[in-house]
Amino acid sequence: MPTKPEQGAEQALIDVSGLHVRYALRRGPLARITGGGGVIRAVDGVSFQLRRGEVLGLVGESGSGKSTLGRALLGLVPASSGSIRYAGTELVGRSERRMRPLRRRLQMVFQDPHASLNPAMDVGTAVGHPLRIHGVAGKDVRDRVVEALELVGLSPAHRYLSLRPGDLSGGQKQRVVIARATILGPELLVADEPVSMLDMSVRAKILRLMLDLRQQLNLTYLYITHDLATAKLFCDRVAIMYLGRIVEIGRTDEVFADPKHPYTRALLAAIPDLRPEHAGPRDVPAGEIPDAARPPAGCSYHPRCPHAFAPCGFEGRDLRALLEARWGRDEPGTAAGSTADLAAESARFADLDDFLVHSERIRIRPARGHTAADVLQTLSAARTDAPDEPVWRGVRAMAVEDHAAVVEFEPATDPGLLDTGTARVACHLFDPRFAPAEQVS
Amino acid sequence: MTTPSPVSTAVPTGEPRVRVRDLRIWYGTSGAPVRAVDGVDLTIHAGQIVALVGESGCGKTTLGRGILGLLPPAAATDGEVVVDGTDLLRLPARRLRAMRGDKLGLVFQEPMTRLDPLMRVGDHFDELLRTHRPRLSRAERERQAVDILRAMGIPASRLRQYPHEFSGGMRQRIMIALTLVLRPALVVADEPTTALDVLVEAQILKILAELRSSVDCGMLLITHNLGIVLEAADRVAVMYAGRIVEEGDVRQVFAHPAHPYTRELLRSTISLTTTELHHIPGSPPDLADPPPGCRFHPRCPDAMRICPNSDPGDVDTAGGQRVACWLHRLDEVAPADREPLPDREISVADEA
Repeated sequence: MPTKPEQGAEQALIDVSGLHVRYALRRGPLARITGGGGVIRAVDGVSFQLRRGEVLGLVGESGSGKSTLGRALLGLVPASSGSIRYAGTELVGRSERRMRPLRRRLQMVFQDPHASLNPAMDVGTAVGHPLRIHGVAGKDVRDRVVEALELVGLSPAHRYLSLRPGDLSGGQKQRVVIARATILGPELLVADEPVSMLDMSVRAKILRLMLDLRQQLNLTYLYITHDLATAKLFCDRVAIMYLGRIVEIGRTDEVFADPKHPYTRALLAAIPDLRPEHAGPRDVPAGEIPDAARPPAGCSYHPRCPHAFAPCGFEGRDLRALLEARWGRDEPGTAAGSTADLAAESARFADLDDFLVHSERIRIRPARGHTAADVLQTLSAARTDAPDEPVWRGVRAMAVEDHAAVVEFEPATDPGLLDTGTARVACHLFDPRFAPAEQVS
Repeated sequence: MTTPSPVSTAVPTGEPRVRVRDLRIWYGTSGAPVRAVDGVDLTIHAGQIVALVGESGCGKTTLGRGILGLLPPAAATDGEVVVDGTDLLRLPARRLRAMRGDKLGLVFQEPMTRLDPLMRVGDHFDELLRTHRPRLSRAERERQAVDILRAMGIPASRLRQYPHEFSGGMRQRIMIALTLVLRPALVVADEPTTALDVLVEAQILKILAELRSSVDCGMLLITHNLGIVLEAADRVAVMYAGRIVEEGDVRQVFAHPAHPYTRELLRSTISLTTTELHHIPGSPPDLADPPPGCRFHPRCPDAMRICPNSDPGDVDTAGGQRVACWLHRLDEVAPADREPLPDREISVADEA
């Protein structure tokens, strides 16, 4: 998939195309007999380019697949399908033995500097270790270690050579980790949350160091983070990930000035403001990132999205979530009576798991002593009480049929990345085919 | 057990639920004692959330544990921690233990590991209430559990589910509900949202902020994240090297920080409006051998000649903050002592 037309492919250091990383789920013996194993699509069809010398931010919550994607770039987790080209060389499917020489050029900095360093290994040995592993050790190992340490600001280096990680502060440890990652002269550094374990007072210093190193060593960064605020300062472009997919990608200034995807907007709104005059109640989307083993149909964000509409992929479990919220509501109901009355509604359903059937047409059976009409009446009441709930935009019809209430949903469409003139967004609101009735506010 | 006091108003009046006075906590080592908490005063009223912020190693977690009497045996304490009229530091261990749960609650950082995976969520509440409120009927126990869970946004229909069926954010809400269901006088929440995602963190902070008006306990929210303080807390105490250097109304402190450390901490916090990177040079001192005078002076951009020589003590500012800084007692400082401290070299070697 091409990125913006003005950027030529020859500039791409890394070209990722249609990348999938799947993990097989191992369930109990029963599931093995019945064949219900399932897969987790940790990275689900991702394409982007990393240009030489740029900093690309990969932003998302835990479970979004951002770390898996970063590791897949270095071959630390095997890609299931798709392509990762590094300066024209295909990395997917490469054996570990053939991958290893490339790791000199592709390095990684992990989140936890305390866990990244062997507590029994002194700083000099740790930083020189990559040289030995890659067989480039010589008489000048010590000189190169000293040089690497000075470069990351641990100066004078001889003071640090014989220290162990336990003698260092968090910021100093992360500097050692960065020295170790840069000593082989890499082109790409994948930095997975490099500052999130550090105190606020130190984060800025490590980010400054990384920016300086980018200049001095001509580095390209993939900066993986959950923190949009540091991404805004640090990155040239950002890609927002949700449940294994990139939902928005574009230049940092454009994405922050005019966030398009409702998820990007929610993430931005969730960042606390330090200015008292701007602090106040904020709109926070309900719910959490869904289980990747059973991703929602259509757009994965639709169950939490206030703007979701017909093509976004509404299904039975969205309706069930709405009913459960209705029955569990704190204040006594307004139109439909008290909480107790609402809770009594749940007794009309034979099995709430009827809603979980993965289909555009689901049959909801009444409990013993109730009729299909009771069930339909409950669903209709829920609709009347909350007609603006997005899920109703996805319900095409509800009727009684063959002793059950049948709910028919609009067909789901997977959103692909669309060009909007600035950032590229995977959201139907920006797809003229769907003529989204309601624009993003 | 006293009856809960009425819902608090914006300006708390009357006896605070928690009053900490000149609390000192130190650990004996082979060398000098490590003074993790060194003369802390703190007051928490009913319905108030007081945030305790500072860098790692400043003593904020020790202070939180110390207030609950949860320190390791090697720790020595001095001072007063008065909760609803009882000084916890003078209580025999057995009576202190009896106060836990009833009067004192703790919310941990990782919600994933604090619930029993083999117990239904409802049973967690049942067991807790059976232990602490033996006279309640089974129906009444369930009603209280349902009420508090609803307030935290968890539907009653999920009472029969097991912890693994809940997401991380839901589990932390259950943990908070388990603490609040006994209506304790004081809840210490130690980085309650640090392990959670940004959106989930925002959800929980919103719930905490809403609970303030309906719950009559005092809460101490320990965090290193200044961003969430403004949102969730009423007052903030900034801790540095075992001492509280500034304390006051959250909005006032954020708008007009009185202590240079507070100001620098706010400047170095990266938010969406940050345009350049800023950091505080140097690192927090070794608490076994803290600098003389004001402990922040080696890192302070405003340090004067008097700062290393004399401890400023607390002053109240016009804005209502309590601050420990000579800048707010300038009229007591001789002109020669107001001269800036000569340039001090702080190398990366001393960085945090």
